[in-house]
Amino acid sequence: MTVRRIMGLETEYGISVPGDPMANPMFLSGQVVSVYAAAQGIRSNQSSWDYAFEDPLRDARGWQLDRQTADPSQLTDVEDPTLANVVLTNGARYYVDHAHPEYSSPEVTLPRDAVIWDRAGDAIALESVRLLAARPGQPPVNLYKNNADGKGQSYGTHENYLMPRRTPFPDIVRGLIPFFVTRQVVCGAGRVGLGVDSRGAGYQLSQRADFFETEVGLETTLKRPIINTRDEPHAVADRYRRLHVIIGDANHLDVATLLKTGTTSLVLGMIEDGHLTEDWSIRRPVAALQTISHDPTLAATVELVDGRTVTALDVQWMYLEAARAWLDARGEDPEPEATAEVMGLWEEVLTGLGRDVMSCAPLLDWVAKLKLLEGYRARDGLAWDDHRLAAIDIQWADVRPEKGLVHRLRDRGMLRDLVSPEEVKAAQATPPEDTRAWFRGECVRRFTSQVFSASWDSVVFDVPSRASLQRVPILEPERGTRAQVGALLEQSADVGELLRGLATPE
Amino acid sequence: MPGQEHAKPQRRDEEPPETPEAPPTAPAGAAVKEGLSDDIDSVLDEIDGVLESNAEEFVRGFVQKGGQ
Repeated sequence: MTVRRIMGLETEYGISVPGDPMANPMFLSGQVVSVYAAAQGIRSNQSSWDYAFEDPLRDARGWQLDRQTADPSQLTDVEDPTLANVVLTNGARYYVDHAHPEYSSPEVTLPRDAVIWDRAGDAIALESVRLLAARPGQPPVNLYKNNADGKGQSYGTHENYLMPRRTPFPDIVRGLIPFFVTRQVVCGAGRVGLGVDSRGAGYQLSQRADFFETEVGLETTLKRPIINTRDEPHAVADRYRRLHVIIGDANHLDVATLLKTGTTSLVLGMIEDGHLTEDWSIRRPVAALQTISHDPTLAATVELVDGRTVTALDVQWMYLEAARAWLDARGEDPEPEATAEVMGLWEEVLTGLGRDVMSCAPLLDWVAKLKLLEGYRARDGLAWDDHRLAAIDIQWADVRPEKGLVHRLRDRGMLRDLVSPEEVKAAQATPPEDTRAWFRGECVRRFTSQVFSASWDSVVFDVPSRASLQRVPILEPERGTRAQVGALLEQSADVGELLRGLATPE
Repeated sequence: MPGQEHAKPQRRDEEPPETPEAPPTAPAGAAVKEGLSDDIDSVLDEIDGVLESNAEEFVRGFVQKGGQ
């Protein structure tokens, strides 16, 4: 009965060296991550991530830290920069995934915090670019928060939502597919070009829609499914499932990110609660996904299995009305203001899109981008296959304020921001207080040199006085909050004291 | 494929379940400078100044390896 839920966002940034399309993206991505980690005094080699799962406390005996690689100032000494992989002081993971630098935000509980720590990732990406640019002899490396290169390749922005394990997966599939097929009218990032390699001229709602081929599946890099079945909870597996959502776009606008995470959390809540009793299944959902994406007038219709013909907005209204009824029927919301914010903006956006799409330009990525592109088309008489429009689409997502077109619009006050620059700045270094990310991030900040490795569900310490590595599992996402361990961290002068405090029964 | 002659969005066939009686303008509480009030020409002028000079080459050079 609430929008509150453990969640997080992952972004693979596009990476490019101007004038050198053949530059090695794995090496460059490693440099991006390493230079930022080094500036934080964090080792960037692979042992910074703990790949061990399920080990009990202090069971990682016998590992040896190779201290010769531990000098963070010697960036180029990292044996293989493509393995750069670190936990930051804000609890996020920053690493090389495939051929892209990826920022995986720390766990948050509210959509507004998802916005803040997502934008903190953009700030980290920007700082990485700046740090690299300041190195003598370094070719410039640019990062782009988008999901397609227009040549046939896509890279992801994923969402993660914690769910109770008991919710039957078929209910999730049935309840979510119509929602995922249609939510792009709210959280699509917009794209110039139709088809995976943009060979068709035109504009579409979503960066990602053309890259999906199936309804349900395990894969994320080929035959991409609307519902991804990866089941790696990074938490107590008996109790939780981590729903790994791969169908979203990278958003820049706060309202879009808030609604992407907030409305998805609400729909999951209804599914968990058995509230979605009607079957809104869409016929041929993959084709419907693309049909909807390819029509920025939002007039396109798709057919439901029950025979009704509906627009994407119709389906979104059905979910919104169901959510309203669910919230009215069931009280006990621990975060009523956060829920009300999501519901209010959801209704505002659906209403605006139904009346005049362009009225949502301050709120939604795909509309803001379309408005700019239409301005160019009108002024300069450009057809949709003009290179200038494709260039604007790419440059839209440049993380640098002086080049990124989203930044230009934001600086002109044309976008409705929900969070302040100060909140984003703080979140670059500070973890959310109300999840285990607090413990993870604070351990990295306070005991940087003694954190041997860390992961979503553990922190491993190398304590000089102990023969073995000391592994602290953090398998409960809501344990390790500031309220729970803030005082202990504050009082612990060193890791030894921290470990003794953690071992003491509460 | 449609070139999208940006027509006014179609109204829903059925009435939306709840359509507030507000005028079809920016919602109450929205910042004054939002959206339509900003002169698009001045926006384009500013953006002209930051756009990559050779669009075709810039687009061709943006090549990514696939990801997730």
